[in-house]
Amino acid sequence: MPSEEIIVRGIVQGVGFRPFVWRLAQRLGLDGEVSNRGDAVVIVASGPPPVLDAFAAALAAEAPPLARVESIERRAAPSFAGSGFIIAASAPGTVSVGIVADIATCPACRAEIADPAARRHRYAFTNCTDCGPRFSIVEGLPYDRAATTMRGFSLCAACRAEYADPADRRFHAQPIACPECGPRLWLEAGGEVIDGDPVEAAALRLRAGKILAIKGIGGFHIACDATSEASVAELRARKHRPTKPLAVMLRDPAMVEAFCVAGDAEIAALTHPSAPILLLRLRPESALAAAVAPGQNRLGVMLPYTPLHHQLMETVGRPLVMTSANRSGEPQIFRDEAARAGLAEIVDGLLTHDRPIARRLDDSVVQFAAGRPQVMRRGRGLAPAPRDLPAGFAPAPPVLALGGALKSAICLTIGGKALLSHHLGDLDEPATQDAFEQAIADYTVLFDHRPAAIAVDTHPDYPPSRFGAALAEARGLPLIAVQHHHAHIAAVMAERGWPLEGGPVIGIALDGLGFGEDGTIWGAEILLCDYRDSRRLARLRPIPLAGGDAANREPWRVLLAHLDVALGPEAVPDALFAGLPVATLRAMIARGLNAPLASSTGRLFDAMAALLGLAPPRLSFEGEAAMALQAVAEMAGDVPPYPFGRAPVGNLMEIDPAPMWRAACADLAAGCSLDSIARRFHAGVAESFADLALSLAAAQGARAIALSGGVCQNALLLEMLVARLEPSGRSLLLPGEVPANDGGLALGQAAVAAARLGVAPRGGR
Amino acid sequence: LAHGGGGSAMRDLIDEVFIETFKGTKGAPEDQARFDLAALMAQGDRLAFTTDGFVVDPLFFPGGDIGKLAVCGTINDLAVGGARPVALSCAVIIEEGLALDTLRAVARSMAETAGAAGVPIVTGDTKVVARGACDKLFITTTGIGVVRTGVEVGIARARPGDVVLVNGQLGDHGAAILNARGDLALESDIASDCAALHGLIDRLIDAAPGVRMMRDATRGGVAAVLNELAAASGVGVRLRESDTPIRADVQGFCEILGLDPLYLANEGKIVAVVPPEQEGAALQALRAHPLGGGAAAIGRITDTRPGRVVMETRFGGERIVDMLVGDQLPRIC
Ligand SMILES: [Fe+3]
Ligand SMILES: [Mg+2]
Ligand SMILES: [Zn+2]
Ligand SMILES: [Zn+2]
Repeated sequence: MPSEEIIVRGIVQGVGFRPFVWRLAQRLGLDGEVSNRGDAVVIVASGPPPVLDAFAAALAAEAPPLARVESIERRAAPSFAGSGFIIAASAPGTVSVGIVADIATCPACRAEIADPAARRHRYAFTNCTDCGPRFSIVEGLPYDRAATTMRGFSLCAACRAEYADPADRRFHAQPIACPECGPRLWLEAGGEVIDGDPVEAAALRLRAGKILAIKGIGGFHIACDATSEASVAELRARKHRPTKPLAVMLRDPAMVEAFCVAGDAEIAALTHPSAPILLLRLRPESALAAAVAPGQNRLGVMLPYTPLHHQLMETVGRPLVMTSANRSGEPQIFRDEAARAGLAEIVDGLLTHDRPIARRLDDSVVQFAAGRPQVMRRGRGLAPAPRDLPAGFAPAPPVLALGGALKSAICLTIGGKALLSHHLGDLDEPATQDAFEQAIADYTVLFDHRPAAIAVDTHPDYPPSRFGAALAEARGLPLIAVQHHHAHIAAVMAERGWPLEGGPVIGIALDGLGFGEDGTIWGAEILLCDYRDSRRLARLRPIPLAGGDAANREPWRVLLAHLDVALGPEAVPDALFAGLPVATLRAMIARGLNAPLASSTGRLFDAMAALLGLAPPRLSFEGEAAMALQAVAEMAGDVPPYPFGRAPVGNLMEIDPAPMWRAACADLAAGCSLDSIARRFHAGVAESFADLALSLAAAQGARAIALSGGVCQNALLLEMLVARLEPSGRSLLLPGEVPANDGGLALGQAAVAAARLGVAPRGGR
Repeated sequence: LAHGGGGSAMRDLIDEVFIETFKGTKGAPEDQARFDLAALMAQGDRLAFTTDGFVVDPLFFPGGDIGKLAVCGTINDLAVGGARPVALSCAVIIEEGLALDTLRAVARSMAETAGAAGVPIVTGDTKVVARGACDKLFITTTGIGVVRTGVEVGIARARPGDVVLVNGQLGDHGAAILNARGDLALESDIASDCAALHGLIDRLIDAAPGVRMMRDATRGGVAAVLNELAAASGVGVRLRESDTPIRADVQGFCEILGLDPLYLANEGKIVAVVPPEQEGAALQALRAHPLGGGAAAIGRITDTRPGRVVMETRFGGERIVDMLVGDQLPRIC
């Protein structure tokens, strides 16, 4: 019989691929073996040539749902000596990116835990090859139990039999477990383990208004009854988190529809194996405590994604707040000792277990904008997900890109793929910076990555920029600094497969703040970009940010700067700034004292929120003002856009918000409704940027327009932009799986660095 | 004052201002000062030698002026190295057109400060340059001193467990200068802390002879000193916000301006690191001195997070006190 070696690459580990190969070989009557070899699944198969062809075709066509077959390589092999088909032990080899994200409990496992006759009835750690923890328990590759945090639990006879039976749903399910041999769950309070069923005991406490920490997949949550104003207020007080919206877990799609407006697409996103937090419109009449998301029309909602969550939600029967367990600003806690020490003053008990978490993974956050899903935070369930770099990048050198300072994430290029890490947090706290540095080590070791270059933002004081500079120097590697908004646009180009040699695109970067090429701060730019270079064509007229970072926290500072320019200081209504040190701010601006110039869209939205009285004097979280403004604008019907000016300044085009400010102030004085002013503002921003981008695209001969930056998370604005840009017929590149905020920067940095390092164009130069 | 034309007549005028002002501190005008080695050797076992250029806008500010700054700055640079200052020189660059009264006032301030400090200005030079070639007045002072026998201080000598001390409220000088410069419409009586600290430091060394390191927290403030210390000593520094003395008006001023007082310059404040067993004696000595009434232990040297300065906030959180490359550039995106 002829024999072949067949190498299958892609996402083929931890997804039930080897049992699938085994079943396929059984069906076709082939002899041979299958094994994981670090970078691939390797099959030796022996049988008649037509059967081997059918086998190879079926490998791609019938692959398990979570697998992604990217290539199948076949070559003749010495004839196979054995008979029958076996699954061989994994051989160590070069490590690949073929590791999957954590997967929400599958329907079969859910049926099993609900079945009183089943061995795993009510067992909190039930999983199978189609579901369960993956990346959160992986400590090394290849993906085998010995390289996971399950290695301390030795299989009982029943589990061993399932694990070894190719016909079983748990054949080679690495995290396989049962009540006999697997992890245990308990509830502890005041340092003591509470007797009785831990889920029942926890549910009882939650229903009584208590606050509990719950150990999940990627870390601890803090939970309380989301319908109890008192519980939510208590949680906020203990956590020192006054207003930032809290995520909520709902029992099932029916409960989602009772509390939120959700269509089929939204329910599909919620029930997807990644089980993200999805932002949904809250039903105004819902019984949810107002303190859960004060002033917001959207709510972050998720469904249960572990057997523990399913049982708890069944037993409690009401929505639960499920917010990351941390002390204000610090990263989510994922270790038991840290939970006991760090949460003692916040929670009344811990529902926890003895399966260690290998790495912290925050819940992913997704929204629908312009009818498309948009990932706002990539965490549990979505990371790691290697993606192919666009055409032309195939021989990309290995780059390590370190991202920005907030919503940080790193990106590794490996072969023609980019691996964007999970969300690593805001690097303004030492604990987060420690975690960031550990994550770099974690990823480079896990994926055996030896970078040929380090890519960073051009901002000299971003922690990753400093860290990257030190790393590059220590290892003698080139350091490639990428301008913030070039990276934003390159990220969406790379996500949408824009080819390396696809020519320049027009990039609209609507952002908070990023370090500009001219030493000022950028954040409302139209760029002409390819992967190597970018040139600024247009900007929003810059204004001084009096107080630097203080202006990010205090929107009135930005409003004052805008109105002084638009109306002249004499005409600015004093009433808007009662009790605020206006004269000092004006003096700072006049003297250039800590008042750097910035062309920021994010700050423009903050300022409008301040004008309409929708922003507190000092924000308690990033995006607070802009989210309130969007929520108000969404209440209005169709209104005409406010006018923005447009004029050349030097060799730039400048969008001038002054006419908009004059119109908005007049409307406000005339008693127009806030929602219509807010909406006309949104429409004006969309119109001015979209129209200028279209005329620049025509002038430059750019075939595509790319949109990115944190402000593109404003779904209303994005919809308006898309509506104006789409009819032009130019390709529209919009952020989807890669965050539009700084969480996507590292991918853009990696693509730019790889391009600059000189990926030789096809045919060479 | 005019440059060129008047030539030597003008030079004479300037020299006259300084010579008259420094009369009593300066002996017969020679081109160099001469020291008796035996007298110096009686005071210690090493010479210390330092120089610094002073430029400040405005020249006069609440709590001081460029002349006082130039004298105190160099005295402090000697003192933080464990030296007793012996003498100073000064070189003055004057922009054409500077009012003679202004020059006279600066010279008088230098003489008074040096006199009160007991550190004579023993030699000097003046030059007038064309309008625009300098900004009003630049002063360079150089000083020598004698390092006390047995005193070993250095930026790389901090050890885990050591205590970080300051001799009073932080950020006054930087805030006073910004306020004086900015016409900021703020009612405030913030004044520079500009002072010669050699007497205070002498008492500190008497009380805590094991002192590891001392620095005057001038440009870049306490943050710059501690970051340099953390890097050079390979240690972490852990500060406590609640123990860090900052005047309420300086704090309020910084909040409005969006600045961090830890990065503001001081001209009369030192950071000292002492071994834990000498903390009490050191604090007592500092507080007993008129320039150390507000002295405090603000933090500790740690072996965690080497190279990094971390502040425990009032709310129980932590924040990083970084060395900044640029000005305090906004970072939030
Ligand atoms: Fe950004
Ligand atoms: Mg100095
Ligand atoms: Zn399952
Ligand atoms: Zn078992």
